[in-house]
Amino acid sequence: MSLALSRYRMRRVLTRVAGTTLGVALAIWTIVPVYNMLLIALSEDGDEFTGTVWPSDPSFESFEVIWTEGYWYLENFWHQFGNSCLIGLAVMGLTVLVGSLASFGMGRMRLRKGWLLGNVSLLTYAVPASFLVIPFTRLMHLYGLTDSLWSVIAAEVAFAAPYAILIFHQYGKLIPLELDDAARVDGATPFQVYWRIYLPLMAPALAVVATYALLLAWNEYLYQYLLLSSRRSMTVAVAINQFFDSDEAPWNYMMAVAIVYSIPPIAVYYGLRRYMVAGLTMGGVKG
Amino acid sequence: MSSTTQPIPHYIRPWPSGWTWRPTWFGGLHGSERSWAIAFFLPYVAVFLAFIVYPVVYGIWLGSDPELYAELFGQPRYLTTVLNTLLLVGVGVNVKMFLAFLLSGFFVIPNRWIKALLVLYMLPWALPALPAFLSLHWMLIGYGGFLNSALETWFGIAGPIWFNSYPLALSANILSYIWKWMPFWTLVFVAGRMAIPQDIYEAAAVDGATGIRRFTFVTFPLLANLYLICTLLSTLWTVGDFTTAYFVSSGAPALQTETLATFGFRMAFDQGYPRVGIAAVMASLPLLVPLTILLMRRVQATEVQL
Repeated sequence: MSLALSRYRMRRVLTRVAGTTLGVALAIWTIVPVYNMLLIALSEDGDEFTGTVWPSDPSFESFEVIWTEGYWYLENFWHQFGNSCLIGLAVMGLTVLVGSLASFGMGRMRLRKGWLLGNVSLLTYAVPASFLVIPFTRLMHLYGLTDSLWSVIAAEVAFAAPYAILIFHQYGKLIPLELDDAARVDGATPFQVYWRIYLPLMAPALAVVATYALLLAWNEYLYQYLLLSSRRSMTVAVAINQFFDSDEAPWNYMMAVAIVYSIPPIAVYYGLRRYMVAGLTMGGVKG
Repeated sequence: MSSTTQPIPHYIRPWPSGWTWRPTWFGGLHGSERSWAIAFFLPYVAVFLAFIVYPVVYGIWLGSDPELYAELFGQPRYLTTVLNTLLLVGVGVNVKMFLAFLLSGFFVIPNRWIKALLVLYMLPWALPALPAFLSLHWMLIGYGGFLNSALETWFGIAGPIWFNSYPLALSANILSYIWKWMPFWTLVFVAGRMAIPQDIYEAAAVDGATGIRRFTFVTFPLLANLYLICTLLSTLWTVGDFTTAYFVSSGAPALQTETLATFGFRMAFDQGYPRVGIAAVMASLPLLVPLTILLMRRVQATEVQL
């Protein structure tokens, strides 16, 4: 009895030790590159790579320079930040709207071949976005969207929508069709069913897709670089990389810009976090 | 998809009276119903045609000259580029998905420390790719980079110059890629595990399936399709990955660690051969199209399994 008990205790202690080790390792793995950003941003210009592990003399000068746009690469910083936010929000809103409309039509209008649309949309991923960029930039001239934020928004929505449709469609199966029928009996139009019943019940999936689309827009560099050329239409992502055009750029400013640029998506993610796990559930598991 | 393939029972008839079941494209929808269905699809179909189909067709037309492919295969860096892309996909995606799957089992343990750790662990996903990869680039830059400084200060080891060696630079790209994208898939698998009803586990426990047997005979079979779908999606997204190679190693040393996306980009925009850039892309379609078709079939299969 006591032997069995001590063995049980032993196992518990071992599990605890293993769990803690794994947890600490994961925390270090996650935090090091983030710490490195702060380390560089808090250094003085010219002191970034002197082999220090701690910011010996932390200075917030680089953040002040960004605030006042006091360096010539950063002249239009807040305007560019506005462009990034505009693209991010438009991609987020349009992906949710277009994706949820399509998945409603697909999953809840009792179409015989509704699923085909989902399949066709997945075909988008047969040609990765970065591969499509060459014909895409040329076509934007044709559409008259040269140097326009809308060209970037269109590209990013087109690439975010198939995943959005997949998530919405899977999550939508958890909502009983009988609810729609009941509303239809009471005289609701399909759009009212979509707006009053479908969307509110889909809240977790909407949060997932919104975060996903925003992060896609924020992660994207190639289209923004190629489609937006003038200083006024440029986004922060493009502006950051401009630092590489100069040999002795102040890397502490660059990292400070990178940190400021990272704040909106992190805020949105942590704001919508509690819906995430529920929204990512891909259909019910049948027992 | 059973609800769309069978006629609705007669006692639920919210649709306009007088319809009959017809096996047509719009499956028995009449008049205004059909207009509604079209209206719901229209925004997406418009986006798809204007910003995916048209550029793809245009790209195929631009890359249709067979001579381009001779020129492409004659490019000195092309084969290395293909190999790098295959390594990023083969090693990067699979290691990432497998670790994410294992870690999801750790993160569903009900413990407040683990819950708090999950919040921190998701940070790389929420952090935009460009700042994250630039930070990793500077961290590994060699002299004065954080990693070598830390090795020197704490362990007295002089670290290598990471981007001067092909295997090290390629590993740096792959590890950075895993760092950035593993959290998202971990969360997807956490959601998948949470969706397994507890009574399945209880029933399995009665039959003697606990510990490792519970994993092999209950958890994994239930999540296998999800795992496959996620791996396929991630593969398709990673073949065209541009940011990792472009910002972490920037192709160093001497353009040896480029991927197809950065190669096509350099060909098209730095060297002024857009058609060779397109050919580089088209050459990967024979691999990507079957994967996409497999993905579509697996997504269909979720109707029955998962």
